[in-house]
Amino acid sequence: MTGRPLSRLSRFNVASLALGLAFLYLPIVILVIYSFNASRLVTVWGGWSLRWYSEFFNDRAMLDAAWMSLRVAAVSATLATGLGTLAAVALSRGERFKGRTLFSGMLYAPLVMPEVITGLSLLLLFVALNAERGFWTVTIAHTTLTMCFVTVVVQSRLGKLDRSLEEAAMDLGCDPLRAFVSVTLPLILPSIVAGWMLAFTLSLDDVVIASFTTGPGSATLPIRIYSEVRLGVKPQINAICTLVLALIAVVIVAASLATKLTSTRGESAAPL
Amino acid sequence: MAEELATSEPPSEPLAAPARPAPVADDIPLLRIDAVVKQFGGFRAVDRLSLDIGAGEFFALLGPSGCGKTTLLRMLAGFETPDEGQILLDGWDIGKLLPHERPVNMMFQNYALFPHLSVRDNIAFGLKRAGMAASDIVARVAEMVALVKLDGLEKRKPDQLSGGQKQRVALARALARRPRILLLDEPLAALDKKLRESTQAELMALQRRLGTTFIVVTHDQDEAMTMADRIGVMDKGRLEQVATPRQLYEAPASRWVAEFVGDINLFEGQIEPRDSRLAMAPRLTVTTRDAGTVYVAEPRQPVTRTSVCVAIRPEKVKLSRYGPAPNTDNAQAINRLEGVVTDVSYLGGTTTYRVKLDSGAVLRSSMANTARIDIDAYSPTHRVVAWFTPDDCLVLEQ
Repeated sequence: MTGRPLSRLSRFNVASLALGLAFLYLPIVILVIYSFNASRLVTVWGGWSLRWYSEFFNDRAMLDAAWMSLRVAAVSATLATGLGTLAAVALSRGERFKGRTLFSGMLYAPLVMPEVITGLSLLLLFVALNAERGFWTVTIAHTTLTMCFVTVVVQSRLGKLDRSLEEAAMDLGCDPLRAFVSVTLPLILPSIVAGWMLAFTLSLDDVVIASFTTGPGSATLPIRIYSEVRLGVKPQINAICTLVLALIAVVIVAASLATKLTSTRGESAAPL
Repeated sequence: MAEELATSEPPSEPLAAPARPAPVADDIPLLRIDAVVKQFGGFRAVDRLSLDIGAGEFFALLGPSGCGKTTLLRMLAGFETPDEGQILLDGWDIGKLLPHERPVNMMFQNYALFPHLSVRDNIAFGLKRAGMAASDIVARVAEMVALVKLDGLEKRKPDQLSGGQKQRVALARALARRPRILLLDEPLAALDKKLRESTQAELMALQRRLGTTFIVVTHDQDEAMTMADRIGVMDKGRLEQVATPRQLYEAPASRWVAEFVGDINLFEGQIEPRDSRLAMAPRLTVTTRDAGTVYVAEPRQPVTRTSVCVAIRPEKVKLSRYGPAPNTDNAQAINRLEGVVTDVSYLGGTTTYRVKLDSGAVLRSSMANTARIDIDAYSPTHRVVAWFTPDDCLVLEQ
């Protein structure tokens, strides 16, 4: 089976591949096509047009929401990357401290925790703290959501990194912190970047947690879209969704390129 | 003893700027390991081990895997801290210092080259950390590159190098800071046999030229014997013997060392009371279960027990059809054992014979193939006399 050329795929394989891809992407393709619809009616095709895009760029409220989303995503992704990387380093580099298993379990819990529960618990916390809900509450909520994803990505890279590289750096005159900064950090940087991008897209997508933790006047784009759609789907929404889609696609491709760079570069200098 | 040393320790300095006291006396060795213990959980990896290593020595730590030799090396480098005991460098306790505070460098088993840095930057890494001037770094790197013959490869990344080249970069990087001691962890394990042999010779030449103390950890006894001035054989966290390669082979301190280093025939037996007729010759008479009476030269250290083990290296055992020719050279060959050849292994330079003695025990004999055509070679089923002199035997206490 090895080395069998792709052109030799059987008809069955081609058909199942096509069906699978269609199942996943047909709705999205339709959305993208309809975003260029000239007609005011969402379901009627009225020729190609960029009208809804220009409408979006003139819609103050929508733009504000988009700007809000980008800011939340950027800040929370940065915070999550910092904290997540530290957690990954603690988990894979630290001595076997007491409660390590518990710590890693608690760290990964948000991966499987229903978002409604995360959102509700954060809402209760913010209410108890009497915090004014807005940009910072959403940002903090998204940081807790996305941090564990960063940890997973960075930790898998750290696990593959040869421990003796850091020891060699210390042997050659670096204190432990310096050894980490000058040797480990450059080698895990691509995975940190990938983790940031993952956190960024997760934050950009989220509607459940954001709807619990946001306040008046600080709606993120997904919340804004969701509330618009409840009043009826406007073609403008298609245009916005297409833009978000394009942004996420770019980030995901960049993240996967960064991960690929990690795996090809800087694998431990194993003997031949 | 340990407390005495503790009080003579230099006044404690802040760790960041440790002042090295001048050697108090000339007889202080470069490195003194004093009753060092390292435990992992309940397992004693290094068990009250003491060892002195002099300046300019090429020292090998030899032992089976898990004997604690790598743990000891890592304690010298500073990656592990001894639980008890002291490590003194020029009389200065470095046992608790961090790796970057020690004038010691290490060459790692897998080389641990920084994959994101070029050959040049790998070598310069430690120099930059030492705060050396840029022009001096350039000069030192060039010197190191020439020393390990890496000219033309300075800009390459480690994954563009062959195994032998990586080994050289690792060596250059570790030597660049001019350490007092260079630690080498299985330096040649990743190289193929031919390359290993030439690299052994290069390492020895390099060590002689630089005069740096080398401490190499290896499980390969040929490697240790070839390169080292002295070898410390370790087992279960203890040093079984510290000796020159020749002493180690010809005068092993224990049965374990004798069996671990090289090949050996062992016969258990009892020392007989001294025979008045042989009183002139300084030798012991041992009655063995498998090889009858064996005469052994009197060891330097008096034997304290009567239950002993007689050991003879295979190449000391000669074979012939009718016993040694009665000439003066062979007058000492009073140990004679008869048996039948069962196996012949031709190894090129030597041939190893397995002889089944009449008692049923097996004796190995290794003879040099000094002639290209040997009409006297023995074949299985040949009946032979195996003989050796009392000086060729050792008595090992159990």
